[in-house]
Amino acid sequence: MKALGIEGTAWSLSVAVVDENDVIAIAENPYIPKEGGIHPREASQHHSEHIAELIASVFSKVKPDEIDVVAFSQGPGMGGCLRVVATAARTIALKLNKPLVGVNHCLAHVEVGRWKTKAKNPVSLYVSGGNSQVIARRGNRYRVFGETLDIGIGNALDKLARYMGLKHPGGPKIEELAKKGRKYYELPYVVKGMDFSFSGLVTAAQKLYDEGVRKEDVAFSFQETAFAMLTEVTERALAYLDLDEVLLVGGVGANERLQEMLKTMCEDRDAKFFAPPKRLMGDNGAMIAYLGLLMYKHGYETPVEKSTIKPDFRIEEVVVNWD
Amino acid sequence: MGKKLLSIYIGGEAVVKIYDNKVEKIRKPKKYRIRRLDKILRIRRTKSEAKILHLARKSGVATPIVYDVVGCKIVMEKISGEPVKHVMNAEISKKIGESVAKLHANDIIHGDITPMNMIIQDGKIYFIDFGLAFIDNKIEPKGVDLHVYFESLKAYYDDWKELKESFVEGYLRAGGSKDVVLRAEEIESRGRYVERVGLA
Repeated sequence: MKALGIEGTAWSLSVAVVDENDVIAIAENPYIPKEGGIHPREASQHHSEHIAELIASVFSKVKPDEIDVVAFSQGPGMGGCLRVVATAARTIALKLNKPLVGVNHCLAHVEVGRWKTKAKNPVSLYVSGGNSQVIARRGNRYRVFGETLDIGIGNALDKLARYMGLKHPGGPKIEELAKKGRKYYELPYVVKGMDFSFSGLVTAAQKLYDEGVRKEDVAFSFQETAFAMLTEVTERALAYLDLDEVLLVGGVGANERLQEMLKTMCEDRDAKFFAPPKRLMGDNGAMIAYLGLLMYKHGYETPVEKSTIKPDFRIEEVVVNWD
Repeated sequence: MGKKLLSIYIGGEAVVKIYDNKVEKIRKPKKYRIRRLDKILRIRRTKSEAKILHLARKSGVATPIVYDVVGCKIVMEKISGEPVKHVMNAEISKKIGESVAKLHANDIIHGDITPMNMIIQDGKIYFIDFGLAFIDNKIEPKGVDLHVYFESLKAYYDDWKELKESFVEGYLRAGGSKDVVLRAEEIESRGRYVERVGLA
């Protein structure tokens, strides 16, 4: 069985086809802001200008009539971007006369991670621009056990990067700088239960930069503090739920220092660490296609009249009836 | 006097050794953190926890008595009883609400109110973990305190709505502020994607 998936909740625009085993085709064209952060209107304009060529590109590799189901990210995300994606998906589904499945973007990250690793029942740390959550399954739903009380870790990294004059995407640039960091400056470490907060950390790091601290040391101190917070809450969730697997997903998951910290934590408590291949870590159409396929096989379908976008779509809303 | 080690619990933040006559909570080094940060966190949390355990007791909330503090280790009274996590019900949640109101009246922010951090003994709820507690008189941290508890209920119990209502009832009855309850609701709605995508 083959599913086509469209992702475009924020900066990423990606169309892919998968079957039960692997990704068959993928075409991507991310929106990159000329300056500053993501501008919602520009992002949706970018998506509407490029969605057709991405679909055409995928259909040059897979014949349209081979598709069994059309999946799209229904939310959470930016309204304008989601509308472009939903419109494209409806059009393809109606034109090909194939079923439509609207999927939760966060759940897609977790499920593609489980698909491409051996993780069975993990605590998932989902880290991206807008989202930072600790997720695990309880019965027939995924639940968020901890999350940011203000901004996502990706946004926090971007904010700091921009402040220090680095261009989007800031995360990888901060990571490079941090490798050359030598001195640790103490920054606000804010963990409340399993929730955490990054905005005070960003402000304090910006202040360090203003005071003339080397960029490398600011980046290093920021990463060490923020990632220790994320690792700590992940460990707390493992202890609380009595689980022994960690799955790292989301674009910031590509950061090697974050991976290293989680791996070390897992080794120290005899847990297993998993991360999907880098290309499936950030936002991508394959994860949407895969979750759409999985859901369709378990009886889910989204009639066109119920396919309106859900900008605030929470992972807890989805009833999960698969293993 | 015996000193038999009964069990060891490896928590997210500390190792807890339970003896027949005492409990030791030890914050061991976490290898994933750089040494400097690790040391700062462990020493600060140990000192603060010992102090706040004492303050909480003075506020009328049942806590273990602290026997000794050595480096990153707290030696305290052993509370035998059921973990609240396993016996949670509306009546217990109401009592937790009453205790949290007492803590908040003394500006003690618990920082990690979950059913996992409490033991019930003869109908009395013991708060056993103040590892993330701090002192603050503002509405926001008190609201976060409630929010953390509500989230843990949601994550663990199907009847979380009822448990939440009972908590609020107990909290208000024992003098907790309505503003704090409202703030907790607001914090929940804040944790949504739309507001988090925000432009810098």
